[in-house]
Amino acid sequence: MTTTTSLYDQFTALYNERKGLNGNDWLQNLRREAFEAFKAKGFPTTKHEEWRFTNVAPFLKEDYSLAPAAASLHEHKNAGTIPGLDAYEIVLKNGLLNEDINIPGIKITPFRSAVKEPAIRQYLGKHIEVQKNGFAALNTALFENGIVIEAAQNAATDKPIHITHVYNAQEPFFVQPRILIIANRSSRIEIIESIFIKGGQPLFVNTVTECYVAENARVDQYHLQTTPDNAHLVNFTQVEQKADSLYNNFIYTLPGATLVRNNLHLNLDGSNTESHLYGLYLTGGSQLVDNHTLVNHMKPHCLSNELYKGVLMDQSRAVFNGKIFVQQDAQKTNAFQQNNNMLLSDKAVVDSKPQLEIFADDVKCSHGSTVGSFNNEALFYLKARGIGETAARNLLVNAFAFDVTNKIQIPAVREYVEKLIAHKMAETYD
Amino acid sequence: MQRNKIPFADLYIKEKKHRKEDMLSIKNLQAKVEDKQILKGIDLQVNAGEIHAIMGPNGSGKSSLASVLAGRESYEVTGGQVTFDGKDLLELSPEDRAREGLFLAFQYPIEIPGVSNINFLRTALNEIRAYRNEPPLEAKEFLRLTREKQKLVEFDAKLANRSLNEGFSGGEKKRNEIFQLAMLEPKLAILDETDSGLDIDALRVVSNGVNKLRSNKNAFIVITHYQRLLDYIVPDFVHVLYDGRIVKSGTKELALELEERGYDWIKEPVTSESV
Ligand SMILES: Nc1ncnc2c1ncn2[C@@H]1O[C@H](COP(=O)(O)OP(=O)(O)OP(=O)(O)O)[C@@H](O)[C@H]1O
Ligand SMILES: [Mg+2]
Repeated sequence: MTTTTSLYDQFTALYNERKGLNGNDWLQNLRREAFEAFKAKGFPTTKHEEWRFTNVAPFLKEDYSLAPAAASLHEHKNAGTIPGLDAYEIVLKNGLLNEDINIPGIKITPFRSAVKEPAIRQYLGKHIEVQKNGFAALNTALFENGIVIEAAQNAATDKPIHITHVYNAQEPFFVQPRILIIANRSSRIEIIESIFIKGGQPLFVNTVTECYVAENARVDQYHLQTTPDNAHLVNFTQVEQKADSLYNNFIYTLPGATLVRNNLHLNLDGSNTESHLYGLYLTGGSQLVDNHTLVNHMKPHCLSNELYKGVLMDQSRAVFNGKIFVQQDAQKTNAFQQNNNMLLSDKAVVDSKPQLEIFADDVKCSHGSTVGSFNNEALFYLKARGIGETAARNLLVNAFAFDVTNKIQIPAVREYVEKLIAHKMAETYD
Repeated sequence: MQRNKIPFADLYIKEKKHRKEDMLSIKNLQAKVEDKQILKGIDLQVNAGEIHAIMGPNGSGKSSLASVLAGRESYEVTGGQVTFDGKDLLELSPEDRAREGLFLAFQYPIEIPGVSNINFLRTALNEIRAYRNEPPLEAKEFLRLTREKQKLVEFDAKLANRSLNEGFSGGEKKRNEIFQLAMLEPKLAILDETDSGLDIDALRVVSNGVNKLRSNKNAFIVITHYQRLLDYIVPDFVHVLYDGRIVKSGTKELALELEERGYDWIKEPVTSESV
């Protein structure tokens, strides 16, 4: 491939090369539909309503390799560990799972073998609207690596599962990992995902995660997005909740990756569900962090609660777009959404857009967004007690982030996130 | 101040120590805020071991004086000098003033949700210690100190563990200021209307706390509207601030006189002068 070939053409070539090779019909069909959706519209541009503030074009110009050499990542066995975290550790090296994982009640299967099992057919790509989501379409058409995590009925893990995505970017490359989580009836799992990148070359990670939360099951998902700045992350997470289930999503983005786009879509397809979405983005440099969420209330008596907070430094930008749909059937819905931002620099910009669309009449919904800066009175109070600029700002940023960080239910993860924030603040104001 | 007989050989040293006694020296201090002249030439001398009370009508500039001394950035100093322990106070950042031993108990302490009282105090204490090249306090020692000072000012341990002043009652906030004062042991403490909002018992507790913290090495400036406080914390001097100037100074009897006669008799000479 030459440098003049566009990424779009490269993917088209790759698709054509592979299309005869997908064993079973249903998978071939799924991939074909997805690829056609991608082909028709290509990568999203700022003309696309959902991408108005986020121009991905500059990040696609790189001469990415689509099939990186299987680099040895052996020496990085402990990379990306979270101090003090007691968890089942899973390391995906360039998307590949290289070892057997034994967790009571939980089945972990690499996609390469999982796609051969008929059961996966009822889950894979079932609810993702590929027509509307170009990146998710591309992933669906061409993903190869990743894992399926399935919790058996009534299974509950004694400790969380920690997935570290380790990438060795010896050359610029574009990866498309896929994660499928199936929490069967009354099961309970906690999954933490973090990312560790070495190699120093640009890396584009286009991830799709699907999560099925069956009746009375509970899934907690944590995402820690800390990467070097030549990483670009696009995530698409689709969650399906059945009756009486509970789903919690926590996402923490720190300075690093120049582009982060997270899409989190929830279908509340059962009554009496509960969902909590917490996000924190601390942005720096010329970073762009874009969170799009969509909570679709389809059935009655469901509760969704969303709180995203942003702290913006330097000339960084953030986008928050939160949609709540309350369908006609979804009476007695409680849906809350809040986005608060703190700008620590004149050059930082945030675009915050909460959206509510309600088609039922008996619902309780609220949404709001705020943008502010440091409270100078608070800053003075702290200084008047001998606390210097750095420590004072650190305390205030932590205080602002507090109602998001204090929701983290795993102490080691919480400490880790707080340390990352403190470290960043010290770097900035020392 | 009582003075003991000094052996001849110690005279020279005592001489130097004596110079250290003038802790705060304010000369012709003028300051404005948003183009409004608030302080119009303040002179005040505070020595170690002394308690000064500042009284005066609403809006006369008492809190402004405290703010300027503590380094609040919205005030612009337009003239005069302030030395604190021999250093040019006005040159120092607010945090360095605190680290040098200046403490302001705020008239309106702010609420800072998400910052725990204890974490805040530990940070403050350790930053002050670092400034003096002292190592951070051991966790055990910090805990011991916290307990001791909580007892001294009868500050509820439950409050100490909450977010800084969040949801505290007016009186609890004031008590917290005194708890912080006890923890940080400053050289010079300015109490800005710490008594207002305190119930009668709390007033006694807070005053007892201050009296226990008094020594011949520290000093207090107590801003108040009420003579009552001065029954507990007995001042060496009482000053009346009016329209940005100290218009009268005296001993504790002046406070009693003000209680009886109000401020009009003091205002008059100033207004007639300015006519
Ligand atoms: N930011 C500001 N902008 C304009 N005027 C101000 C500002 N801050 C204070 N002032 C004014 O300065 C004057 C002195 O205020 P200050 O708070 O020092 O009075 P005080 O003597 O402490 O009164 P009180 O007894 O009511 O506490 C008042 O007239 C007040 O309105
Ligand atoms: Mg005042």
